[in-house]
Amino acid sequence: MTSPEIIRPKAKQRPGDRVFSASALISGSLILAILAAVAGFLMLQGIPGMFADPESVSIYTEGENFVEFVVPLIFGTLWAAALALVMALPLAIGIALFISHYAPRRLAQGLGYIIDLLAAVPSVVFGLWGANVLAGAIQPSFVWLEENLGWIPLFAGPVSGTGRTMLTAAIVLAVMILPIITAISREVFLQTPPLYEEAALALGATRWEMIRTVVLPFGRPGVIAGAMLGLGRALGETMAVAMVLSGSGVIVFDLIGSVNPLTIAANVALRFPEAYGINVNVLIATGLILFAITLVVNSIARYIVNRRKDFSGAN
Amino acid sequence: MSKRIEVNDLDVYYSKFKAVEGVNLVIEPRSVTALIGPSGCGKSTFIRTLNRMHEVIPGAWVDGEVLVDGNNLYGPGVDPVRVRRQVGMVFQRPNPFPTMSIRDNVLAGVKLNNQRISKSDADELVEKSLKGANLWNEVKDRLDRPGNGLSGGQQQRLCIARAIAVEPEVILMDEPCSALDPISTLAIEDLIEELKQDYTIVIVTHNMQQASRVSDRTAFFNIAGTGKPGKLIEVDDTATIFSNPSIKDTEDYVSGKFG
Repeated sequence: MTSPEIIRPKAKQRPGDRVFSASALISGSLILAILAAVAGFLMLQGIPGMFADPESVSIYTEGENFVEFVVPLIFGTLWAAALALVMALPLAIGIALFISHYAPRRLAQGLGYIIDLLAAVPSVVFGLWGANVLAGAIQPSFVWLEENLGWIPLFAGPVSGTGRTMLTAAIVLAVMILPIITAISREVFLQTPPLYEEAALALGATRWEMIRTVVLPFGRPGVIAGAMLGLGRALGETMAVAMVLSGSGVIVFDLIGSVNPLTIAANVALRFPEAYGINVNVLIATGLILFAITLVVNSIARYIVNRRKDFSGAN
Repeated sequence: MSKRIEVNDLDVYYSKFKAVEGVNLVIEPRSVTALIGPSGCGKSTFIRTLNRMHEVIPGAWVDGEVLVDGNNLYGPGVDPVRVRRQVGMVFQRPNPFPTMSIRDNVLAGVKLNNQRISKSDADELVEKSLKGANLWNEVKDRLDRPGNGLSGGQQQRLCIARAIAVEPEVILMDEPCSALDPISTLAIEDLIEELKQDYTIVIVTHNMQQASRVSDRTAFFNIAGTGKPGKLIEVDDTATIFSNPSIKDTEDYVSGKFG
């Protein structure tokens, strides 16, 4: 007797499956390729800028080197984005909860559209509004802040006469990132399984307690993801900051004074038109650093989301 | 702590649609009452009116009285949140909070409404509730693990532990075993037998053997046709319903002629 041949039935290949798997593979690799191309460009063009002889770089002030040039910009970028996130996140969660769990259905729908509309406003418009409307309108309250809360270093002053300060820029950024955080939070809050909401209510939870015990923990990874998208936008936002802020390369925590730090992206936008030669490479190098910062911020967010994976409700 | 429930002329609506009509029913303390009937006859809708969970659905409302020891649940000024603390509920699909540990699941109801509990009291309550739900021995070494890592039957018993931790007077169970295997079902049925000593229990079930095994009284609901409201046809001692019901429809249903 011959040994029975092991027959491995080949899975039937259907054209639809093949097309789909190929297009998914192409899309996936395309993202990686684009990212690699961007990173490659930044490194190729930026690294010479990093190690250029400070004497030959005209955008450095006297005796400055690359590190001294870029550190205040990194500070300004992180500071503006963090302030914007601190202001926008609680508001966004509040609006999202109102839409998903409190507002009557018709009002909720209308509100949702308006929030989405806010996301469609170009950043130049936000910049114009911030520089020409908000700055002037908010300046008197800066005076008040200095008089009453001046003992907090953040509001030490002296107050800027134009109102075009770090706080104004951060408010504009907060308004800009509000829609994306709200939209994503609203979606995840709406996806809370009714099963668990009913479990909480049946235990005698009030509506707010139900939200606290079920909706918020369930939506947490989504809210963090939304916040990171918002933060990414705030870190990279160029026009609005460049238009509102007349900053310089300083590290200042005062939010309402006339001396303000600038962000990496705004600095590139402001200096690029007049940059030449090695200066361009220096600016691209700052872009490379922004790229790295965004990467680190996103990794931290991933880490936070994954840390309590067992309890995420996804299993 | 168990209480008597009296339902007087209760109509239950979803917006304009009348889902259940004219229910009159008395449920004695420390007894198990089973609600049986074909799908869509309104038994799940009815059981949710006993702790005001019905009105959680937008547009849902109720006309009539539900008296728990003489107090109308639907009286003016009655807070549904307080009602639900008195009348606990276990759902068809096990629903321990996935974002909480086993321990926190048991304590979830106790920590609501700004109540504080010391750690030692909490430990004691967790042990007592889990023992009460026949789950302690299976989970005592992993109280800090997520509740949905347990099997379906264990999850359902965790939900029962969570419900009894707040010391309600009545426990409602809406098809608690329909998502479980026979062994887990048996565990829950044994548990119902024990819980009866302390609580008034109302259970909705599709399984007539289960009704005859666990309940003292059985109420049969039926529906005349789609779009018509469900009605309570007959309620009597379980033995009578299954051996000698007074209404023909009941006999047809329990003997398997329809449904």
